[in-house]
Amino acid sequence: MKILFALITVLILSLAAFTGVEYLHMEYVFGIVIPYAAFIIFIAGFTAKIFYWAKSPVPFNITTTAGQQKSLKWIKSDHFENPSGSFGVIGRMFMEIFFFRSLFRNTKAGLVKSSKSESFKPGYASDKSLWLGGLMFHWSFLYILIRHLRFFLYPIPSAIVTLEKFDSMFQIGLPIFYLTDAILLLSVTFLFLRRVFIPQVKYISLIADFIPLFLILAIAFSGIMMRYVSRVDVIGVKELVMSLTSFSPALPEKVSSVFYVHFFLVSSLFMYFPFSKLMHMGGVFFSPTRNMTGDSRRIRHVNPWNYSVKVHSYEEYEDEFREAMKGAGLPLDKE
Amino acid sequence: MANLPKSEELSRVNYEMPKKVWSKVETTFEPGTYCYGEKAGPVGILGLPNPREWDPADPDWKLVPDWKETMNKSFKTRLERFRSLKVFMDICVRCGACADKCHFYIGTGDPKNMPVLRAELMRSVYRKQNTASGKLLGKIAGAREMTEDVLKEWYKYFYQCTECRRCSIFCPYGIDTAEITMQARELMHEVGVGINWVVGPASNSFMTGNHLGLKPHAIVNSVESLLEDIKSITGVTVNPTFNRKGAEILFITPSADFFAEPGIYTMMGYLLLFEHIGLDYTLSTYASEGGNFGLFTSHEMMKRLNSKMYAEAERLKVKWLLGGECGHMWRVVHQYMSTMTGPASFLEKPVSPITGTKFSFADSTKFVHIAEFTADLIRNNKIKLDKSRNDHRKITFHDSCNISRGMGMFEEPRYIIKNVANHFFEMPEETIREKTFCCGSGSGLNTNEFMETRLKGGFARASAVKHVQETHGVNLLTAMCAIDRAAFPSLLNYWTPGVDTSGLMELVGNALVMDGEKKRTVDLRDNDLLLPPENSSEGSHV
Repeated sequence: MKILFALITVLILSLAAFTGVEYLHMEYVFGIVIPYAAFIIFIAGFTAKIFYWAKSPVPFNITTTAGQQKSLKWIKSDHFENPSGSFGVIGRMFMEIFFFRSLFRNTKAGLVKSSKSESFKPGYASDKSLWLGGLMFHWSFLYILIRHLRFFLYPIPSAIVTLEKFDSMFQIGLPIFYLTDAILLLSVTFLFLRRVFIPQVKYISLIADFIPLFLILAIAFSGIMMRYVSRVDVIGVKELVMSLTSFSPALPEKVSSVFYVHFFLVSSLFMYFPFSKLMHMGGVFFSPTRNMTGDSRRIRHVNPWNYSVKVHSYEEYEDEFREAMKGAGLPLDKE
Repeated sequence: MANLPKSEELSRVNYEMPKKVWSKVETTFEPGTYCYGEKAGPVGILGLPNPREWDPADPDWKLVPDWKETMNKSFKTRLERFRSLKVFMDICVRCGACADKCHFYIGTGDPKNMPVLRAELMRSVYRKQNTASGKLLGKIAGAREMTEDVLKEWYKYFYQCTECRRCSIFCPYGIDTAEITMQARELMHEVGVGINWVVGPASNSFMTGNHLGLKPHAIVNSVESLLEDIKSITGVTVNPTFNRKGAEILFITPSADFFAEPGIYTMMGYLLLFEHIGLDYTLSTYASEGGNFGLFTSHEMMKRLNSKMYAEAERLKVKWLLGGECGHMWRVVHQYMSTMTGPASFLEKPVSPITGTKFSFADSTKFVHIAEFTADLIRNNKIKLDKSRNDHRKITFHDSCNISRGMGMFEEPRYIIKNVANHFFEMPEETIREKTFCCGSGSGLNTNEFMETRLKGGFARASAVKHVQETHGVNLLTAMCAIDRAAFPSLLNYWTPGVDTSGLMELVGNALVMDGEKKRTVDLRDNDLLLPPENSSEGSHV
């Protein structure tokens, strides 16, 4: 049900763009109005979310410590898993953001039959599949995104040309097949399949988990179609994009509808982004358990709303227990 | 415990997912699967809302009419106060990495014990109130109203989380279910919904200074009876002081160490060590609790209970604080105390009076852990130890959740064990250090009516203990946590009989060679030592 709902949503989006351009000739809407709107919504929504998070303080130092603390001099502390300074925090965040350190730790638990009795016990096996799938997906997506800068820049920076060359190093097909296209398709498909076939993951999945997957799959398909199947006029696409970035929008002629579908789906993804779980991209930087140091006993962390609370003072305590305390020979403040 | 299922039966966990979507699975309260509701007495003492007698299993929870508004408003306040809550509500991608990391999920197979789903119980309500898509699209966006049924679901599952943070280290964004559970419990307390095993001890601690509700003379008496045991076992007279002004150090430990087995043996270890090195310290009957059940109630309650420590340190004019073996105590001391009740400018930066070591890592809090203190003593050869006195023990070490993932103390206790004992064996790698499994009874769930679920929660930990029992003949689990010491005896007796539980300092106490001591033949528990053959009394070790 959830899957179908998400699939239909993405199909409707694709069809809307196709029909809009192919039959209703709304190139202006899909090529200019919506992309601009998407850009504005993305920037505004993303910024608003960041401000929404940043507005709330971090009252306590709640680092999750996954390594030895810095304590006695002769005990080696773990700079990255339990940072004692900003160097360690930067290292920890870097490993997390670029290499998905925590996912690398992943294990899979299951029941193992005991050899000696009728009982079972939990067993654990290393499971790097999510780590690998996630890493491949995010890196290939980023790579493809950077490669697309060729449509936004003139002249095309040599760095991008180098990236493209590297991406097509296997020289398969004509036009040469990009490696990252294949990696993206494979990894997104993997991420989708695990949501369907791992019962636990299927059980926790929401519609909002399938929408981005289908959306990205559709974007990838329409992109690949343009390059390998229904050859789009690349010059025309670049003209359009450059006209958009120079704020003098002009529609090129003879760019096929597939491009508009691709463009609209990308716009949809951007519009959807700030209001969805995709904000983990910004949020990962804001996670207090990862971006704080573990040295909270050495340096005091300040809580801006640290209000005073009702306590039970020693005076009250002594008043209540004076006789008993006297009997037990305990020193008293007031006799 | 008579009506508990056999361990073989309990170990056959069913991980099959229900047919119904989770939001349609009804919450039920069968005996053994939930904790009793908070009672009017302690709720009244603490001045918490809606004191009343009620039973979670009853359909009517006797809530106040405007409970929903109160809760929604409190939720907003918490979002304004805690960035963590906002971020953790927004950024989960439900990748499922945390799903099988929770000891309660591993032990029960209940999908709502998957950390991601536990958090979704709260996220769904958050979306309804705080996100445009949730408000507009409702269920399609995974949003739902707060209702009495949802409240019941929260009660059940946020009291099936021990705030151990194991899931958090596997989360690619560091989403911390402990933080979410803490907030959910805090919100429920705003409308008078909580468990008595948390609120009872908290109110005791508020009034008498400790969770057990030990009055001043009772503390003195129980320590005195330990002194008699020490005298008869070691021949040494130990003279601790209470509430003494001008001592150099105030020592605070969980109150269970004063009173309950096996914590009392840990207490004997502290007392022997301090006597051995001639430490100028005092105990307090007012600040007589290291633990803090406020942590399991609300941030405010945590501060109300924690404030006694510095208040007493200031009144007694000590220089710094030394703390005993307790898990959640150290979560509070390490991560909250200085922020909440500091700065403790009336104290001095902690320096060991014996070795001169500056504990600069505690310069702000001025609170040093007994294992840090003792490891430093051993390293500097300041204490005399006879390792062979722990030879009757094959020891494994349990990393307590808070000490591990809320502090990061892994090496100190291992260094100490290796210096006071000859037989030490680690449990499997996936179950120790930062990946350690909770005992299943933390965060205030250590109550008898909840035993069946506690046993399930402790299944993962106990299975790892069983592994080292089978492979190395381990007969003692050592842990630096009072809840561990209270929970493990019944847990291990159920899953892997024959393994005792101790604190770290009990082992130190056994090994310490005291000045003027008599020849030791028994350990601090009166168990026969494994003596060298020529002196052996017919191999009567345990």
